[in-house]
Amino acid sequence: MSDVAQQVPLVNYLVLGETPHLVAHECTACGARYFDRRNACASCFKTEFHEVDIPNEGTLRAFTIVSQAGPGIKVPFVAGVVDCGGTSVRGNIINTEPDPEHVTLGMAVRLATYSMGTDDNGTEAIGFGYEPA
Amino acid sequence: MSATDEIWILGINMTKFGKHPDLDTVDLGAQAIMAALADAGVTMADIGVFAAGNLLGGGGIGQQLQKQVGQTGIPVYNVSNACATGATALRTAIMAVKAGECDMGLACGVEKLAGAGLLGAGGVPRSDAKVYNPSGRYGAVAGIDGRIGTNTMPGVFAQVGMEYGHKYGGTSFELFAKISEKNHSHSTLNPLATYTKAMSAEQIMNDVMIAYPNTRPMCSANCDGAAAAVVVSGEKLKTLSLEQQRRAVKVSASVLTSDPWQEACQVLPDVNTLTKNAAKQAYEQAGVGPEDLDLVELHDCFATAELVHYDNLGLCEEGGAVDFFQSGAPWRDGRLPVNVSGGLQSKGHPISATGIANIWEVCQHLRNECGDRQIEGAKVGLAHVIGLGSACGIHILEKSAA
Repeated sequence: MSDVAQQVPLVNYLVLGETPHLVAHECTACGARYFDRRNACASCFKTEFHEVDIPNEGTLRAFTIVSQAGPGIKVPFVAGVVDCGGTSVRGNIINTEPDPEHVTLGMAVRLATYSMGTDDNGTEAIGFGYEPA
Repeated sequence: MSATDEIWILGINMTKFGKHPDLDTVDLGAQAIMAALADAGVTMADIGVFAAGNLLGGGGIGQQLQKQVGQTGIPVYNVSNACATGATALRTAIMAVKAGECDMGLACGVEKLAGAGLLGAGGVPRSDAKVYNPSGRYGAVAGIDGRIGTNTMPGVFAQVGMEYGHKYGGTSFELFAKISEKNHSHSTLNPLATYTKAMSAEQIMNDVMIAYPNTRPMCSANCDGAAAAVVVSGEKLKTLSLEQQRRAVKVSASVLTSDPWQEACQVLPDVNTLTKNAAKQAYEQAGVGPEDLDLVELHDCFATAELVHYDNLGLCEEGGAVDFFQSGAPWRDGRLPVNVSGGLQSKGHPISATGIANIWEVCQHLRNECGDRQIEGAKVGLAHVIGLGSACGIHILEKSAA
């Protein structure tokens, strides 16, 4: 047993460590990027992919402030699409008030992580979102 | 029989949209079918193919409906294509007639959706595990919805409208509310609509917020309803009565597209490219342009969606959707009336019925049978639906010359 608590990312495309960041599978032929696995590239149908890091800084291209959601989901929260150096990323806008005065189209944001809690084995889950830069 | 080029709507009907607590899915669909057959002046004996759509029932809706209205042993296609299901059913019947498999086809879409609540939110909450085990396509250790964006339909389509605003500017909470005000105003003339009360933009903005900037009246109304249509080949139509020929409406274009790959489409569904592609194909097939249209019924599942489809359907120049709306053009007394039925926000959106009900609306105007809300002298109309995933159906309809 280690004394250091284990951490696990909310999703497998979030890489933890000193500088948490997202990774994507990039088609080696056309450069299309996917956060999940593909049998062939949806854009060019080639089948070879390699892993690439996604920049942590971006601009907010679209958002909504969700006031009504499914059971167990805390509202309100801001859902958005962030343009990270040409790669579109889906994520929540965090560490700011969820209202149209604090969240605006085109605002600069950067990746931020947070603790989601610890499970019965002492493993801590780490989530991510984007905060105003 | 051989392949044919001309397809006509011979008869069409939609039920009242709203709450039908005493009618089940099969009752509603059968009601629309019986009325569409009567409108066409034919019986099930004349029908050579039947396509039916229903998303929330138990499956096999086509065969269940036959048992209500006439079992003749013809091929039945049960289709499912999200909010484009009705248009897909119609197009399935059209393709069979066009291919020469038969000379008359029937399509029906039906849904019981009153009180369905928030679509896309999922029925069962995913309880966060006591042990974090990665699972699913993203190796997630907990539910993603609400932590990484939103899956709710109002939230997804809110972002679609906001993205347009980011790209071209000019959008605001008030603008989207005014689009909704237009449709709620239009439905006051539609006795078959779920809601028939006018609402001011201020009332709409002060209503319950669902997903900014969409408040409740800016979201499509969950309701019960059905619609059905009979299609016929041009050759067969010539053998029918002069009255049937006079009332028939020509299907000048029938198009179905799916979403081609776009950079951001895995993050936010791209409802634009497939609609633009479908519109281009439809205008080419019909030999008309947006300037020839007398009315449009487009898929305003949310106020934020209506805006982008002005642009996607070419009703304005690229990036000009805000100006198009603010010019007053899409109001019923404007240059190009859009959603004079009240649209999905006010007429309602019984999912599988929508893609035939919007064609019924256009046909009523082209046949000059639309009563108080008739658009005078309407000769050409366009009906558009989009289902997330995605599927887009566009039909262009023209008044009979007979």
